Amino acid sequence: MNRLKQLFEEKKGNILSIYYTAGYPNLNSTLDIAEALEKAGADFLEIGVPYSDPLADGPVIQKSSQTAIDNGMTVKLLFEQLKDLRKRVSIPVLLMGYVNPVLQYGVENFCASCAEVGVDGVIVPDLPMYEYEEMYKDCFEGHKLSNIFLITPTTSEARIRKIDELSNGFIYLLSTSSTTGKNLSVSNEIEDYFARIKGMNLKNPTMIGFGISDNKSFSKASEYANGAIVGSAFVKLMGEENYLEKIPAFISSMKGKEAMTV
Amino acid sequence: MSYHVNEKGYYGNFGGAYIPEMLYPNVEELRDNYLKIMAEPAFQEEFQELLRDYVGRPSPLYFAKRLSEKYGANIYLKREDLNHTGAHKINNTVGQILLAQRLGKKRIIAETGAGQHGVATATVCALKGIECVVYMGAVDIERQAPNVARMKMMGATVIPATSGSQTLKDATNEALRDWINNPVDTHYIIGSVVGPHPYPDMVARFQAIISEETRKQLTEKIGKPNPDYVMACVGGGSNAIGMFYHFLDQEDVKLIAVEAAGKGVHTGESAATTALGKEGVLHGSRSIVMQTEDGQVIEPYSISAGLDYPGIGPQHAHLHTSARAKYVSITDEESLEAGLQLSRLEGIIPAIESSHALAYLEKMQFKGDETVVVCLSGRGDKDLATYMKYFGL
Ligand SMILES: Cc1ncc(COP(=O)(O)O)c(C=O)c1O
Repeated sequence: MNRLKQLFEEKKGNILSIYYTAGYPNLNSTLDIAEALEKAGADFLEIGVPYSDPLADGPVIQKSSQTAIDNGMTVKLLFEQLKDLRKRVSIPVLLMGYVNPVLQYGVENFCASCAEVGVDGVIVPDLPMYEYEEMYKDCFEGHKLSNIFLITPTTSEARIRKIDELSNGFIYLLSTSSTTGKNLSVSNEIEDYFARIKGMNLKNPTMIGFGISDNKSFSKASEYANGAIVGSAFVKLMGEENYLEKIPAFISSMKGKEAMTV
Repeated sequence: MSYHVNEKGYYGNFGGAYIPEMLYPNVEELRDNYLKIMAEPAFQEEFQELLRDYVGRPSPLYFAKRLSEKYGANIYLKREDLNHTGAHKINNTVGQILLAQRLGKKRIIAETGAGQHGVATATVCALKGIECVVYMGAVDIERQAPNVARMKMMGATVIPATSGSQTLKDATNEALRDWINNPVDTHYIIGSVVGPHPYPDMVARFQAIISEETRKQLTEKIGKPNPDYVMACVGGGSNAIGMFYHFLDQEDVKLIAVEAAGKGVHTGESAATTALGKEGVLHGSRSIVMQTEDGQVIEPYSISAGLDYPGIGPQHAHLHTSARAKYVSITDEESLEAGLQLSRLEGIIPAIESSHALAYLEKMQFKGDETVVVCLSGRGDKDLATYMKYFGL
C-alpha cells in the first residue's frame, strides 16, 4: 500500500510533515536531511524541487530555491540522489514543485521516476484541477502517486467537494491566502474556516500548512486537521551552520508535549 | 482554424490558467465577468468616451512619405505614440480600471518593464482616485528613471523587484505574490497579453481598437481595409495582438511580429523567445518560454526594457506554431539605428521597443507598391538617455 495512505490509517492526529528544498543548503544534503528528519520523528516529508520563479513562495523558500539551482540541482539529479531514498528513509515522501520543470522532464517520465525511487505523491501548486483531470490524472494514478490539492479560505464549497473527489492522499489546507513564510496569527476568522472544513467531513484527511512555525501553531492546527506542515521555519534552520545537528531539537520543539510523552 | 481563445481558455495547445489555488477565486471572478461587463452599454459608453477625450483616440494612421520612398513601399505608421502617456498601454489600463471598479476593487497592482504600463496604470488610478502599487525590476528602475518619476508624481507607490534579473519577469512574480496576499480587494492590471486566462483575451480585446481603427483609416485612405503587411514588436505581445486582432481572419494580410534579439539571437544575451524558447508554463499560462533543459526560466536580455521578457502571450505562441504570423528578431544596434532613422526622416522619435518593428523594414523585399502598417507602439522620450549614449549625441 502507498505509504501515505498507511500513515493516515495508522495515525489520526498530530501528524507532522516537513518541507525542505532539495539541494539546499548543499547539493548533496537532500538525503542526509531526510534521514535526520525521520530519526527525529517527522511523520512524512515534502521535498521541494527548486524552480527559478516560485510565485507561491515568500523570500525564505525563494532564496533556498535559487541557492539550490546555483548549487546545480536539477530534476534529473534529484532522481539520481533519490535512488537510495528507500535504503535510508521509510516514512512517506512527496515531491513538491512547480509545473514547468515537471513538463520539461516529461509528465510520464516524472511519474515513472517517482514510482521507481519510492516517492509516494506529488504537490504541484500551479497545476490546476482541470488540467490535472484532462491530462495528468491517468498518469499519476497509473504510478500509484497521490496528487495533493490545495484549498484556501476562499475556495468554494462546491470546489472543495470536487477536490475531495479527486484527491487520494490528503488535502492541503492553507491557513490563509498568502505566499509561504508568513507567521500564522490565529484569529476567530481562521478558526471558523478550519471548523467549517472540519465540519464538511471530507473523505480525505487534511493537513494544515503555511505559517506553521512553532508548537503553538502546530497544536492549534492539529485541533482542526490531522496535522500540519512546516516549511519556511525549517528551511530557515537549514541555512544555519551545523544544520543536521539542529534537526532533533527543532522537531521536538514543534511536537511539544507529544514528544515528551513518547 | 481559430486564432481566438476557446471556452477552456486555450489557443490551440497554449493558454490555460496555471495558477495556485490562492489565485483561483480572483481569476475565476474575472473569467466569469469580463465579457459580461465589457458588453454592458454603460461600460462601453464610458470606455469609448475616455478613449476619445482622455487618451486622444482615434490615433492617427500616418503615411510616412520619406520612409516609404526609402523602402519602396507604402508605409503607414499607427501612431500609438500619440496617446496620452505615450504608448498603447493606456488602451488596456483604461479598460481594466473600469472593469476593476465594477468588480468593487479598492486597490490596483501592476508590473512594469519600460515603465509605460506602470505610468498608464498610475494614470488611470489617479483619474479614478484608486490606490496604486507598481512593481518594477530594480534594473529597470535605473534605466527608465523618467517613468518612475511620472508614476510617483501621480501618487503611485513603486516597489523594486530585487529577485532574479530584476527586470520584467521578476516584477511580474512580485505582482502575482502581492495578489496572492491580497486576494479580496485588489485587482491586478496585467500589462500585456500574458498571464492566466482570461487575461490574454481580455487585454487583446482592449488593444483590438488599434486594428479596428486601422481598417477604417485604410479604407478612407486607400479604399480598402487590408494592407499587405502588418508589423509590430513583441515583448509580451499586447501592441502586436492589438495591431493583428482584426486582421487575424483576413488571410491575405501577412502578419510580422518582431522580437528583441538583444546582442544577437545566439549570444546568450537575447530575448528572442520564439527562436530560443520551448513550450512551457510561465506566469500562469502555457506558452513558449526561454528556459534551460531543466525547466528553469532563463534571464532574457534586451536594451529595450519593454521587450526584455522570456515569454510571449499564449495567442502569439499559437500564431507562431500555426504559422499565421511570422516571428523574427532585431538586435539592439539595428533597433537603435532604425530609431535614429525615423527621427531624421520623419521627425518622430520612437520608443526603442517600436524601433525593433521599424528595423525589420530593412530586411524585407517589397514588390512595387505594397502597403505596410507598422505599429508605432510608443514614443522615445523615456529612451533619450539610451539613444544619446549610443550615438554620442
Ligand atoms: C512602447 C512600448 N512598446 C511595446 C512594449 C512591449 O509590450 P507588448 O509586447 O505587450 O506590446 C512596451 C512595453 O513596455 C512599450 O512600452
